[in-house]
Amino acid sequence: MGIAISMTVNGAAVSAEIDPRTLLVDFLRVNLGLTGTHVGCDTAQCGACTIHLDGRAVKSCNVLALQANGARVTTIEGLAGSGELHPMQAAFKECHGLQCGFCTPGMVMSAIDLVQRHPNADEATIRAQLEGNLCRCTGYHNIVKAVQQGAAAMSR
Amino acid sequence: MGANESGYIGQSLRRKEDRRFLTGAGQYTDDVTLPHQTHAYFLRSPHAHARIRSIDTSKAAKAPGVVAIYTGADLEGVGGLPCGWLITSVDGTPMKEPPHPVLAKGKVRHVGDQVALVVAETRIQAKDAAELIEVDYDVLPAVTHPVDALAPGAPQIHDEAPGNHCYTWALGDKAAVDAAFAKAAHVTKLDLVNNRLIPNAIEPRAAVASHSASDDSYTLYVTSQNPHVERLLMAAFVLGLPEHKLRVIAPDVGGGFGSKIYLYAEETALVWASKRVGRPIKWVAERSESFLTDAHGRDHVTHAELALDKDGKFLAMRVNTTAAMGAYLSTFASCIPTILYATLLAGQYTTPAIHCEVKAAFTNTAPVDAYRGAGRPEATYVVERIVRQAGVEMGIAQDEIRRRNFIRSFPYQTPVALTYDTGNYDATLDGANELADVKGFAARKAEAAKRGKLRGLGYSSYIEACGLAPSNIAGALGARAGLFEAGQVRVNPTGSVTVFTGSHSHGQGHETTFAQIVATRLGIPVDNVDVVHGDTGRIAFGMGTYGSRSLAVGGTAIVKALDKIVGKGKKIAAHLLEAAESDIEFADGKFTVAGTDRSKTFGEIALTAYVPHNYPLDKLEPGLDETAFYDPTNFTYPAGTHICEVEIDPDTGVVQVVKFSACDDFGNIVNPMIVEGQVHGGLTQGIGQALLEGCIYDRESGQLLTGSYMDYAMPRADDVPSYQVSTRVTPCTVNPLGTKGCGEAGAIGSPPALINAVLDALAPAGVTKLDMPATPHRVWQAIQSAKAAS
Repeated sequence: MGIAISMTVNGAAVSAEIDPRTLLVDFLRVNLGLTGTHVGCDTAQCGACTIHLDGRAVKSCNVLALQANGARVTTIEGLAGSGELHPMQAAFKECHGLQCGFCTPGMVMSAIDLVQRHPNADEATIRAQLEGNLCRCTGYHNIVKAVQQGAAAMSR
Repeated sequence: MGANESGYIGQSLRRKEDRRFLTGAGQYTDDVTLPHQTHAYFLRSPHAHARIRSIDTSKAAKAPGVVAIYTGADLEGVGGLPCGWLITSVDGTPMKEPPHPVLAKGKVRHVGDQVALVVAETRIQAKDAAELIEVDYDVLPAVTHPVDALAPGAPQIHDEAPGNHCYTWALGDKAAVDAAFAKAAHVTKLDLVNNRLIPNAIEPRAAVASHSASDDSYTLYVTSQNPHVERLLMAAFVLGLPEHKLRVIAPDVGGGFGSKIYLYAEETALVWASKRVGRPIKWVAERSESFLTDAHGRDHVTHAELALDKDGKFLAMRVNTTAAMGAYLSTFASCIPTILYATLLAGQYTTPAIHCEVKAAFTNTAPVDAYRGAGRPEATYVVERIVRQAGVEMGIAQDEIRRRNFIRSFPYQTPVALTYDTGNYDATLDGANELADVKGFAARKAEAAKRGKLRGLGYSSYIEACGLAPSNIAGALGARAGLFEAGQVRVNPTGSVTVFTGSHSHGQGHETTFAQIVATRLGIPVDNVDVVHGDTGRIAFGMGTYGSRSLAVGGTAIVKALDKIVGKGKKIAAHLLEAAESDIEFADGKFTVAGTDRSKTFGEIALTAYVPHNYPLDKLEPGLDETAFYDPTNFTYPAGTHICEVEIDPDTGVVQVVKFSACDDFGNIVNPMIVEGQVHGGLTQGIGQALLEGCIYDRESGQLLTGSYMDYAMPRADDVPSYQVSTRVTPCTVNPLGTKGCGEAGAIGSPPALINAVLDALAPAGVTKLDMPATPHRVWQAIQSAKAAS
């Protein structure tokens, strides 16, 4: 029943034999132990599992690991280089854009993708673009501020 | 020491916990993996109400990877899940407490009721095997609405609760209320529904249980807001385990909002099964299970009447509420629509007489329990809706009718049992008026009208009782537990400090706020303080986090422990400095002989306590590690005014919250950034309730119609505005920190502010009645009905 896959995750080559039903998020969490990517729902609505697949933000609960065969995956663990937070991570901390932290990895991955597509996004655009990521703690107020600050830092 | 004499207090320190959350290094329950771990899946009832004729697990037991399958029949000797609060009916009888089995016995009573536990090598295998279990159900008629449940002839859910009646409870002086209504110049009447909500912490509930055969002990990792309470209830009341043989760890927890206070069946079954299986077992709820089985919130149907004199002074209020309990009594279900509801009906006002009667009904739904605010949002919704309507009916402006009735003399004894210690309601109303630019509203409304849009402004002046709770008062009201908190301050030999708190953080930022208090009091750098929470194996005791109590009660316990540390430090310093203990002063991290420059630093005292070579060993124990328990003498009373401004498109019924302003009094504030974040989150949950959210069960079949994020409308980033928030401070007189609590205020104040704004906007269209949530469909229908009626 196993099927062989291989991909690049956070810059490292990985390969494994998996049950073909395995979701990408389970492959990352269970097979690779990258538990920073979270599962918050079962309908691809909450966005807690958002990762970058070949540079695009996707919900990894809605992708089979098999579909990522040969792809380049970045998770929250792959963002901070040598101890330095990514500018978006730093902005979330500075703006108090997180409370319980559960939606945070997905939110940060979405935010980076958002800024790459809309470098000069205004508040309305940021709010509309974050529609696919639920946060129950912050009321989004400080997340929006963090994305604005993170965008400015990323452009420097 | 920090920048000023109050140290770190009042500073928006960035959070110590953030780095791990931002780098994916948080450790949530689902991130825990134990050697030889198995996986659990619960087979759940597809029916709202059914008798179980038989369960056949034989096929499932042979499925690949299956380790064990258990049903209710296997749990001989296991008790039911207990309810922690006894409510006594007006006729003197105790509430009805039917059994709440860990796995269904004989009957299922709501969709999602757990029927069997399947343990397998993988989660997929457990789920596959569950599909092979054959359950023969005799489906019974169901009742999901609390009013329907109490009607004659309703389906009978429990034999022990005839007519589905749990209790009829009352508070207040009925005769005084009747007399006041008899002489009233004006009476305002209102029928309200407080919509049922599903909490939806983004982390689903989860548990990992293991048993150690070598010492017959258990360890449970669980998504809990209060691990010690979880341990006490599970060990003593359900499984009959010695408490010291069960360690409960609530690691990083991804939001709670009340839904993770309770002892649930799933983790209880896992602990029980872990010994039988002889291997660790992990269970993680799928979101669909969260919708079906997390304790829900609210679900009230209320009729309220307010009596006023000719000047708009409130004379009396009369409230009748029917509240749903769900299929079983959850841990604190019974006290929410009673003790935490009727006691808040005075609001910020001098209403001299209030009477409230509450009927609680069992329904074929998930249990209902505390959800952010817990009873207080329901009370505030009643008060602030009827106050608005009274103002409209009597032609008195919304801020004016409130001011005419504000309490201004403290302490103030309400007619519904509480004594408010302090407050300044004019100050928060003024503050909110400023933030909301109320003066400019008329112009904004006129401008909107030119675009064909309806603008409205809504007020809500709320109060809440937080800092739960004086144990003796709670006990007299039916609490079956103490409501104190414990804190331990361990000074390490080199002068760094580890704080152990019985309070739990699942987003509130205890690791930062509590460290700010400790560092300030001891005069040491905040980085030298670590805060530990969420582990019965490391922390003395705790009652956990709910009711905005963490800082007011948990923080005070830490302060009490710090007082002991400083007291002992003075004794050590007196010895070292050869001075009288009474001459030693402690400030800025130094123990000084008063009036001299002779002193010892905090670090020197810490080292001496652990290296006691020159030490009064005959009089004083070595070490510097103190524990304190704190039981508050009163509740705390956060209060404020929220003003919502909406714009409505009459053609579509779409309501846009264009501005939301909140001015709150939380007493003294330790970390303003964290407090503002709590307000933002609370406001969004309240706006969610008023605008979007509503749990709907099919009234015939009892099926949950809003069982996913596709069907249950959660507030998203583009549903809410950026907020205007400010604070006014009257320090709480109950605790030494002067703090009141801020976690629930947003969710309490905002729903009536929003609905009042919508009603204000729709007044020109002739709409006078609207229930939450104000969805486009509902608003549009209200506009059409008003048109048809005129």
